[in-house]
Amino acid sequence: MKKGTLKQILLITDGCSNEGEDPIAMAALAREQGITVNVIGVLDQYDSEDGHGLQEVEGIAQAGGGISQIVQTKQLAQTVQMVTKQAMTQTIKGVINRQLQDILGDGESVEDLPPEKRGKVMEVVDEVGETADLHVCILVDTSASMKNKLPTVRDALKDLSLSLSARMGENQFCLYLFPGKKKSVQKVISWTPQLDSIERTFDKISSHGITPTGPAIKEAVRGFDSVSRKRGFYDDGDEAYDDGPR
Amino acid sequence: MTGQDNLRFAPGTVVVGKWHRNRYQLVKWLGSGAQGTVYLARDGARSIAIKLAKDRASLISEVNVLKQFEKLQGDPLGPSLYDSDDWLIGGRTIGFCAMEYLDGVSLAEALKRKPFDWALVYMLQLLKQLKQLHETGYIFGDLKPENLILMHPGHSIRCLDFGGATRIGRSVREYTEFYDRGYWGLGSRRAEPSYDLFACVMILIYAATGKRMERLSTPQLQLRQLVKTQPRLIPFRRVMMNALNGSYTTADQMRQELLHDIMANQQNEPHVAKVRHSHRRQPASNHETWKSAWMAASVVISAYILFVIIYVM
Ligand SMILES: Nc1ncnc2c1ncn2[C@@H]1O[C@H](COP(=O)(O)OP(=O)(O)OP(=O)(O)O)[C@@H](O)[C@H]1O
Repeated sequence: MKKGTLKQILLITDGCSNEGEDPIAMAALAREQGITVNVIGVLDQYDSEDGHGLQEVEGIAQAGGGISQIVQTKQLAQTVQMVTKQAMTQTIKGVINRQLQDILGDGESVEDLPPEKRGKVMEVVDEVGETADLHVCILVDTSASMKNKLPTVRDALKDLSLSLSARMGENQFCLYLFPGKKKSVQKVISWTPQLDSIERTFDKISSHGITPTGPAIKEAVRGFDSVSRKRGFYDDGDEAYDDGPR
Repeated sequence: MTGQDNLRFAPGTVVVGKWHRNRYQLVKWLGSGAQGTVYLARDGARSIAIKLAKDRASLISEVNVLKQFEKLQGDPLGPSLYDSDDWLIGGRTIGFCAMEYLDGVSLAEALKRKPFDWALVYMLQLLKQLKQLHETGYIFGDLKPENLILMHPGHSIRCLDFGGATRIGRSVREYTEFYDRGYWGLGSRRAEPSYDLFACVMILIYAATGKRMERLSTPQLQLRQLVKTQPRLIPFRRVMMNALNGSYTTADQMRQELLHDIMANQQNEPHVAKVRHSHRRQPASNHETWKSAWMAASVVISAYILFVIIYVM
């Protein structure tokens, strides 16, 4: 298997979007372009678990071919890195399944192989997950209700960077906040291999009541162009893993 | 998802493998974790453990690692693997593996009941096992008392959950924050022997303090301070500092130095809770008798620890 690039959007939010395009449609749009959308819904003990917002969280991840997880603020760090890694595995498995179908014929998937062969396939999945390049665009909801959760979000992102930098493959991160000061979305960190210098990033944000999740996802998708362009020497070998809509 | 209940089956249920056609009869539910549910089962006359997996992919990774462990010389660290297969039941396919049944108490339980001296003995055993494991090119990853089991009889240490086992040089697959050096700002999550050795220090801290303390704003300082001031840890602070700083490149280095410090220190350890208990009836005023009984007790305990170190390990 060719060494490729995994592209992910990681959305961290606590509830409903209320402005701009439908975020679920935007997630589907991202997926069309080989970008997986993962969503983490952050609750604190005062939030209830059954709100409309949480349904949206799941919907976005489903449309985006990614993983969603609802967590209490405290567990954020471990969840963020777990979701990111699981989504990588899922995407890679999707690709491998498609290749297997070409070989084995329709309807066959990794799951239908005997345990020994499946073990071999999983080793390949692990190998690819460890060595593939990974581009993650992180979208953080900074609307008013998120305000007191932001220090934890910041720590979780530093922790994510730590986890991923232990991989053998290369990482690129960028960070968008929404709503932004003037625009609906604001890019605060452009593509960088390490997220360790984000101490002050969240200090200067101003929180409004609006939550333009859809526009934020769309903007993030656009952002993936710039990483390829900036790192032009990568262009010819740069093939995104895309397991396509199921 | 209500994955847990999905994997509950009555004792007596027979599990049949789709590929290898082996039959196992479930005897008793043993426990459920994030990955699945484990039963005591019967394979003919032999008792085994069967793990029914929630997710077949993660079971496969575990089985891969178990196979790797099988290659170790001497006492295996994990349970021996007997079989792995799929079970078709009620329109579902459940992945399972059959493995050696490990009968004993978890280290987490044992640490609650035994004096700290024992924690040191277990640590020496564990370091010896880790040395072997590391030599095969793997680290354990998710090392914590809950994942380690002390066998009946003999107290040898084995591990139950190796979902975190990772090839050296890769990124650690699974970890628990309290035992993770990255969480404490003391290193990366790249799989290296020193990653496991850090977790060993945290196990000793847990054993000495009886809890997983909260991380403060300056975690490195917090840990260093703790190993320098915690009365039970003071005698071993040199070793612990080295392991916290990642200075040991092999488990054996750490084991040698720990052993050395234990031997140099043994008479000063006043933790003989169990023995003192049996002398409770002695009048408190009778100081001399009490003291000599206490002395005798420490000598007996020390001798026993020596015995374990020399003969059992
Ligand atoms: N080989 C075995 N012999 C005896 N008991 C076992 C064995 N394997 C597992 N168990 C028991 O079953 C329980 C669940 O197993 P285990 O912890 O491996 O599951 P898991 O899903 O991997 O859990 P975790 O959430 O820790 O990943 C354990 O607590 C242990 O008591």
